[in-house]
Amino acid sequence: MSLKAFHILFILVSIVLAFGFGAWELVAFFDGRQTLDLALGAGSLVAGVALIFYFRAVLKKLKNMSYL
Amino acid sequence: MDIPHTVEARPDTGLYNAKVGIWLFLASEVMLFGALFSSYILLRVGAEAWPHGLLSVPIGTFNTVVLITSSITVVLAWASLKLGDLSRFKLYQGCTVLLALTFVAVKSFEYRDKFTHYYVRLQDGTELNGHLAGNPLNWTAANLADTNRVGASITFHPDAAGGEGEGAHGGHAEPIELTAANVAKLESWGPWRSTYLAIYFTLTGLHALHVIGGALVIAYLWGPGSRMWRSDPERFTNRVEVCGLFWHFVDLVWIFLFPVLYLL
Repeated sequence: MSLKAFHILFILVSIVLAFGFGAWELVAFFDGRQTLDLALGAGSLVAGVALIFYFRAVLKKLKNMSYL
Repeated sequence: MDIPHTVEARPDTGLYNAKVGIWLFLASEVMLFGALFSSYILLRVGAEAWPHGLLSVPIGTFNTVVLITSSITVVLAWASLKLGDLSRFKLYQGCTVLLALTFVAVKSFEYRDKFTHYYVRLQDGTELNGHLAGNPLNWTAANLADTNRVGASITFHPDAAGGEGEGAHGGHAEPIELTAANVAKLESWGPWRSTYLAIYFTLTGLHALHVIGGALVIAYLWGPGSRMWRSDPERFTNRVEVCGLFWHFVDLVWIFLFPVLYLL
């Protein structure tokens, strides 16, 4: 597995973490009404969306490199 | 004598040797961290109670962002070499080193916070958690007895929530004065304090050692190691790729550590 393939896997896992953490923080916000929870939750969801765009850009930029 | 298959693929594996080597090494690392994660699960399901809120989620989140960003810069550095651009490689590789150092600095700040946070049992049986005035590092009851150093008493600021595991960052209650005479036990939140802190320090300590090791290699390839670019650019690019594979593994371990230790 090349660095390209490992990076793609890593970014996919990071996207899952970003949305999972975002949801976890938003649940914490609705429980405790802490502004920090809302900020972290919203920030994490935005980061998840940004990572999806980055993921697409990486696939395009590294399309000529091997997965092995 | 030339080392074979540093650039061209071996016919039997289809890969250059360093890549086979790093994956064998990473397989052993998976077993190491896998064993520790298994230990964590067994300790947790066997525990009567498991603490929550001992770690700062914003700080852990910051470090997670730092490591994800560093994995991006390490790939950009490798891609720059593939495009023959050494100056861009230096830029991205330098950013990776700085991000790695940032992670270690924040982690050491977190560690210091634990070694300056105390559990106290008074002679009347009252149990408290909190901070000593001046935030001394890793004191025990013996330090309180050393009157030459601290005087007759030292101010203790109990956590507002009171109990361990109820939040280490929720402010403080009314301060009290501790003396050697009224304290039965004084212990910092080091790995000896609880099963949770023991597995926390073991997992994150081992991970931090990997970050430091990876940062040293990345810094070498950024600095003196980059001379190889002039003599053997393909081999140098492969070295950077192998280093990047290790770095991604280290980052991936953190992606699992963060929710396990900070959130769940």
